[in-house]
Amino acid sequence: MLELYILLIFMILGAIIAIEVKDMLSSVVAVGAVGLGLSMAFLVLKAPDLAITQLVVEILALIILIRATLKKDLPFSTSGRWLFNTLVTIGFIAVFLFAAWKCLKDIPEFGYPTMRVASTYLKEGLPKTGAANIVASIILDYRAYDTLGEATVLFTAVIGVLAIVRRIGRKKPGETVKEENE
Amino acid sequence: MSREREQGMTVIVKTITRLTVGLILLYGIYILSHGHVSPGGGFAGGVIIALSFVHLMLAYGKEVALGKLPKAATFFFESMGALLFLGIALFGFTSGYFFLNFISKGEPFRLFSAGIIPLCNIAISLKVGAGLFAIFIALVLLRFESENKE
Repeated sequence: MLELYILLIFMILGAIIAIEVKDMLSSVVAVGAVGLGLSMAFLVLKAPDLAITQLVVEILALIILIRATLKKDLPFSTSGRWLFNTLVTIGFIAVFLFAAWKCLKDIPEFGYPTMRVASTYLKEGLPKTGAANIVASIILDYRAYDTLGEATVLFTAVIGVLAIVRRIGRKKPGETVKEENE
Repeated sequence: MSREREQGMTVIVKTITRLTVGLILLYGIYILSHGHVSPGGGFAGGVIIALSFVHLMLAYGKEVALGKLPKAATFFFESMGALLFLGIALFGFTSGYFFLNFISKGEPFRLFSAGIIPLCNIAISLKVGAGLFAIFIALVLLRFESENKE
């Protein structure tokens, strides 16, 4: 639990920095750090699939936000602190390679059957939930959180469509939008 | 005849629609209510139910379809489905945790079995069906003034 608290403190600090800092790009980077911390918190809480999703979404959002906040492309600095920059880059590459080597050593061999969870569902699905359709017993009992999230996504999509094509707020000076049969 | 043609498609399409639309609706209800014993479920059943109304709107025009299922009712059903699903999940707290299957399991392969799963299917089908039909209505009813003049 200690690492979870450290991650939480890190995320709170990152959020405060993101609010307080004046530079927009630094703020975006701080928000990205918060998101990566959240992804690691999911990992600590034993939810790896959620952590992967969070990681992917976070990186995509970070790229889009950085591209949107940059006025023009960052100048590639060749002069000045080149020795420091090179050393930092090499150091980070070494750290990441080391971490990846340590992690990849522990994962099971390729092709090794790791269907522990799935075989449990197949074995205990019918007696535990009483649903003959194993898909229904998984998506509405074991994985009902996922289904709730999907339903929320659909709800948000419907609200988004209705908000975009609604009557008020769509008018431009040149054209008028009319909803028939109101 | 010309007035009827404005209100929808030809009489052939209307006749076929009148014969089939009820069956499509019933099939959707069957799919969603048997979601826990046979392939199907809330998502598929809700889409089929929404498609029956879309079918009606395509064949008979929007007055008839919106007479059967008004816009306000669509929005009501959509929100109701979401709240119902969340409510079923929260009811698990009465005897345990979130999404607890608190109704008795019953006998497998029967219609009334599997606890909360059929109820969840009904809630999801309300949400999905009404949501899809709401999107369809919103896209159909949107008309730009320039298109009307043509």
